[in-house]
Amino acid sequence: MLRLTDTSLRDGSHHKRHQFTVEDVRSIVAALDGAGVPVIEVTHGDGLGGSSFNYGFSLTPEQELIKVAADTAQQAKIAVLMLPGVGVKDDILVSQDNGASIVRIATHCTEADVSVQHFALARERGLETVGFLMMAHSQPPEALAKQARIMADAGCQCVYVVDSAGALVLEQVSDRVSALVAELGDDAQVGFHGHENLGLSVANSVAAVRAGAQQIDGSVRGFGAGAGNTPLEAFVGVCDKLGFATGVDFFKIVDAAEDVVRPVMPEECLLDRMALMMGYAGVYSSFLKHAYTQAQRYGVSGAQILVRAGERKLVGGQEDQLIDIALELSREKVR
Amino acid sequence: MKAAIVGSGNIGTDLLYKLLRSPVLEPRWMVGIDPASEGLRRAASLGLEVSVEGAEWLLRQDELPDIVFEATSAAVHRANAPRYAEAGIRAIDLTPAAVGPYVVPPVNLGEHKDVPNINLITCGGQATIPMVHAVSRVVPVPYAEIVASVASVSAGPGTRANIDEFTRTTSRGIEAIGGAERGKAIIVLNPADPPMIMRDTIFCAIPEDADPDAITDSIARMETDIRSYVPGFRLLSEPQFDTGRVSIFVEIEGAGDFLPAYAGNLDIMTAAATKVGEEIAHAAADRHVTA
Repeated sequence: MLRLTDTSLRDGSHHKRHQFTVEDVRSIVAALDGAGVPVIEVTHGDGLGGSSFNYGFSLTPEQELIKVAADTAQQAKIAVLMLPGVGVKDDILVSQDNGASIVRIATHCTEADVSVQHFALARERGLETVGFLMMAHSQPPEALAKQARIMADAGCQCVYVVDSAGALVLEQVSDRVSALVAELGDDAQVGFHGHENLGLSVANSVAAVRAGAQQIDGSVRGFGAGAGNTPLEAFVGVCDKLGFATGVDFFKIVDAAEDVVRPVMPEECLLDRMALMMGYAGVYSSFLKHAYTQAQRYGVSGAQILVRAGERKLVGGQEDQLIDIALELSREKVR
Repeated sequence: MKAAIVGSGNIGTDLLYKLLRSPVLEPRWMVGIDPASEGLRRAASLGLEVSVEGAEWLLRQDELPDIVFEATSAAVHRANAPRYAEAGIRAIDLTPAAVGPYVVPPVNLGEHKDVPNINLITCGGQATIPMVHAVSRVVPVPYAEIVASVASVSAGPGTRANIDEFTRTTSRGIEAIGGAERGKAIIVLNPADPPMIMRDTIFCAIPEDADPDAITDSIARMETDIRSYVPGFRLLSEPQFDTGRVSIFVEIEGAGDFLPAYAGNLDIMTAAATKVGEEIAHAAADRHVTA
């Protein structure tokens, strides 16, 4: 059976500018749990410790949200995300005390070795582990597989190909997933996390499953960064049609998306000009809201900020550099 | 002052070139543990006495250094520190061991010229804590946050295996030396090729009625102070003021002594170590004159 993780309460944190309330989390977790979603991720969009000037401050402390989620879920496991360099090991331990049972450690897809100490700690504490190789479009399949090996050897039980920029296209997903499956064999599972920036997240997730992925991420109503994540309810429907068992009730998750999740979203996640720029130029999806903010602050084009972020080869976490780009664009305008 | 470098990796070797240029420090010994070390080979060809038996060998010599620069690892320095102290050798610690007090030269070197052991925090700390201090000497800073972006190739295996140590140590330095009530540090490794030059962003929370001109002026003075010993340090733009916040953007281009210019993160550590060593030498010379 395919195992699905809903990430609306983590990736959606970007779209919501980290303003989730306890009530938002309680209602979404209850609805997803009732629909049979087996894993629900709850954390600041940039992972544990992400509440900051650089990424945006959380309205509600994330650990409080994690606790509410764990207290609400009847069958679903609660996962947290952690980026080495942003969060620290203590954050993982606190989240475990609050009821999280899966920790997902995310690194840029060439930097897997910074996660070794965190996987070791998580396994020692009996947490289930997932590894995130972010911006996976930027590396060829063989390079990605080598990085996956580093995570698996450190104690990671499932390595995800993470299309943070929503830039991968069909075969580019299958090739990467296949390379990881071949490298990891029985040592770890392989997963796929998609974004909708080129309108391909559901199709890319199907390609991933066909290439051997056993875990797939999505967000109900696409509630995530950029143009959003793989809309989980649509993917469940597609899996039903293709005969992939997920254990999630299609009708219940469709109702949850419409009646519970949509009202929590500030607006729909759109495949608009800015989002398309990200998919096309290979830009980290959570830069979207920050690009809007800086475009407005400095009177420059948000699309240009994103394109330049792609040219500078910025990676996840470098939101501060978008301010520098906006300043650069405004200086060029004056000239 | 006779100096020894313990640790013959990237940092130790880059430091060697800076010490050789110093008018007051005389690098005489370099020790490591790797017989294949490029650093030891270079040190030997530049006339230093070298050994692959580490600090053990150094401490066995008839003539001992006045000052030792430790560029190994936190664990090694914790073991060596008491032995240097026993032998009366001053130690400048470039590892995160934090045996001695934190020092950032333009902020608090004056207070610690006479202590036996000085710790240089982290590369990100050396680049950003002076700026936090530049703001906090003008207005109260309840919270400061720094984001260090470094080229992947300039982050060695030690940093990678202990990335939590970087964030924790830098956060503590932002509070203790930067003067912020609460500090947070973020580090991002970027693999872009050609490698990106080290960049840091410093965000400080400030009172809403703070005087931007006074803060900007203090930041500019601090930039001048840092540039006196790290010539490649520069502000990328004027400080940016938003409600209750000032943002400072800096770049550190290395001097290219042993490491390439993009490795400003390593350059600022070796430059700070040299600066501290020189100030200690000056202080010792002054005492000598007065005595």
